Amino acid sequence: MEDIIVTHDLTRSFGKFVAVSKLNLNIRCGEIYGFLGPNGAGKSTAIRMLCGILQPTSGTAQVLGYDLLNETEKIKRKIGYMSQKFSLYDDLSVEENLEFYAGVYEVPLKESKSRVAEMIEMANLTGREKEVVANLSGGWKQRLALGCAIISRPSLVFLDEPTSGVSPTSRRMFFNIIQGLANNGVTVMVTTHFMDEAERCNRIAFISGGRLMATDTPDNLKKNIIRGYLVELAVPDALEQVGRIEALPYVSECNIHGPLLHVLLEHESNAADLRTVTGVEPKMITPSLEDVFVTLAKS
Amino acid sequence: MRRIMAVLYKEFLQIRRDRMTLGLIFMLPLVQLLLFGFAIQTEVKHISTVVFDQSLSADSRDLLESFSASGYFDVTMAVNSYDEVTRMIDSGKAKVGIVFPPDFSENVRRGTSAAVQVFVDASDSMVSNQAIAVANFIGMIKSQEILTSKLRVGAAPYDIRVRPWYNPDGVTAYYMVPAICGILVTLSMVMLTSMGIVRERERGTLEQLMVTPIKPYELMLGKTLPYIVLGYIQITVALLVGVLVFHVPIKGSILELYILTLFFITASLGLGILVSNIAKTQMQAMQLAYFIFLPSILLSGFMFPRDGMPKLIYYIGNLIPLTYYLDIIRGIVLKGIGFSYLIGQVISLLVFSVVFLTISTLKFKKKIA
Repeated sequence: MEDIIVTHDLTRSFGKFVAVSKLNLNIRCGEIYGFLGPNGAGKSTAIRMLCGILQPTSGTAQVLGYDLLNETEKIKRKIGYMSQKFSLYDDLSVEENLEFYAGVYEVPLKESKSRVAEMIEMANLTGREKEVVANLSGGWKQRLALGCAIISRPSLVFLDEPTSGVSPTSRRMFFNIIQGLANNGVTVMVTTHFMDEAERCNRIAFISGGRLMATDTPDNLKKNIIRGYLVELAVPDALEQVGRIEALPYVSECNIHGPLLHVLLEHESNAADLRTVTGVEPKMITPSLEDVFVTLAKS
Repeated sequence: MRRIMAVLYKEFLQIRRDRMTLGLIFMLPLVQLLLFGFAIQTEVKHISTVVFDQSLSADSRDLLESFSASGYFDVTMAVNSYDEVTRMIDSGKAKVGIVFPPDFSENVRRGTSAAVQVFVDASDSMVSNQAIAVANFIGMIKSQEILTSKLRVGAAPYDIRVRPWYNPDGVTAYYMVPAICGILVTLSMVMLTSMGIVRERERGTLEQLMVTPIKPYELMLGKTLPYIVLGYIQITVALLVGVLVFHVPIKGSILELYILTLFFITASLGLGILVSNIAKTQMQAMQLAYFIFLPSILLSGFMFPRDGMPKLIYYIGNLIPLTYYLDIIRGIVLKGIGFSYLIGQVISLLVFSVVFLTISTLKFKKKIA
C-alpha cells in the first residue's frame, strides 16, 4: 500500500518545551490510524503541523505527496480537519454551516445542495437541518463538525479527539461513520483516549512526551509490547496491595484495573509464587490495549 | 470568488441573527443625532445676568436695555451690593454681573468716559468668550451712537459689511449634523469590524478556517464588504434626521455624497479589520477601537477647528479618515461643492482603505502561533 503521510524527524518546540520530537510516521492510504498518548503528549501539535497550521521547528513531511513546508495550501485543499472544540458557528443553522464550508472549499454551486444533503444523511443530522447550532447537544455538534470537515470529500481526514465529551451512544455512532469513510477509501488519522476506539483502528501510534513510543496494529502491540506473563489478581484490598506486589522481584509491573490488579510476571512459573504470597489464585489473561497503554506510558 | 461569497453570505446571516447590533445600527444615528444635534450649541445665548445699578438713571436703563435686546444676556436679577453680585456669580445663579457706578449718568452727560463694570464667569471659556465679545461690541455701538449724535455727523467713518456665506444665520446644527453623521458611521464601522477576526479567534472557528484553502484577502473582503450596506443604512437614517428634524439644507448633489461616502465607509471598515488583526482578544479590540475614537472626535475638526491646532497635532489629524470625510460631507451639504473640489480628500480615503486592507491581509497568517 502507498503511504499518504510520511514524516521525517518532524519536531516542534515552544520555547524550551519540545512538544513533538523527531516524529517519524508512515501512514498508509485508506487506513484508520489511531494516535494515542497521555494528555500533553504532543498529539494535537503533530496533527496541527500535518494540517499546515503550525510551522514545524525542524524536520519535513510529505502529505498526499506534497511537501509540508512549501505546498501547505495545496494540502489544505485535499484534507479535512476537525478539532476537539467542534469549531462551528453557533448562530447559524446546521444547513448554513454546511453551506458555508461547501463555499469555502469551492464545491460547485450546482452540486452544493446535493452535497449538503449527503452530509446531513451521512452524519445522521436529518430532521434538524434548520436548527441553530447553539441548540444542539454535543453528539449532534460533533457529527455536524465532521460533516463540515469532509464536505469537500477529502481523501485524508484529521480528527483531533473528536469523541471527547459526548455520550457513549454518540461515540459509537460517530466511529461507525468513520469506519464508513475508511471503507470508501478515505484515510483517517484520529486521536482518542478511548481504548474501544483504538481497537477499531487499523494501526496505532503511541506517543508520550512528544516521542513515538510504538506503532503497529492493535494485535501486534498487545503481543509485542507486553513481555512476560500477565495475570489478573482479585485481591480484596487492591489499592493497598499494589505497592507490595510491585516490589516482588519477579513482578515487572502491577496496575489497578477497577477492583482488580493486573500483574505482569516475568515468567509463567511465577504465578505459583504470587499465589503463595497473596493467597489468591492468579488468572492468566491476554493483555488489552489498556495494559499496553499503561505499560508504554510508564516507560 | 465563490469563497468570498461564502464568507460574505455567512457574515450577512450572522448580522441578521444579531438583533441587538442590527437595532443599534438604526437607533444609534436616530438617538445620537437628536441628542447631540440639540445639545451642541457653540453659540451661547440667554446668559443669566445679574445687575447692580447704583445710578438708577435713564442712561443706565438705556444701556441695560441694549444688553437684554441683544438676546445674549437675560437680565433677570437686580441686587443692591457688590457682595450680592459676587455671591450670585459664585453660586452659579448668574454667569455675568453688570455694575453701574453712582456717577454713571453724570459722566455720560458731562462727556467724560462713563465706566461700567462687567463681571464674567470665565470658568467656561465658551460662555465667557461670547459674553465678553458681545459686551464689548455693545459698548462700542452705544458709544458710537452717542458720539455721532454729539458731533452731528451723518455716518460713522468706516462701514465694514461682513457676509457669512454658506450658513448666513449661523445655525450650529447645519454645521454639526453632517459632522455627527460622519462620527456615527466611523464609530459603528470600526466597532463592528474590529470584532470580525478576534471573535472567530476566540470561538475557535478561525483555526478551522485556517485549515481550509481560503486566502487571507478573501477572508478580509468577505468580512468587510457586508458592512458597507450597514454603513449606507446608517448614513441614510442620519441624513433623514438631519433634513427632517434639523432642516439642514443639502446644497450639493446627494448622489455625489453617497458615492464619496463609499470611500469613507471602506476606510473605516479597513481600520476596524486592522484592529481586529492586531488584537488577540475582543477586549483588546475594544480598547484599540477606543484608542481610535477619541482622536477621531477631537482632532478631525469635529469639535475644534483644525486651523488653530499646533503643527504636530494638525498632522496627526491628517492620519484620521474622518478629517477628510468632514471636508466632504460639510462641503457637499453646506457649500454645495462637488467632486472636483474634493478630489484630494477622496484620494486620501482611497489610500487609507487600500493600506488598511493590505496590511490586514499581510498580517493575517494562516498559522497558529
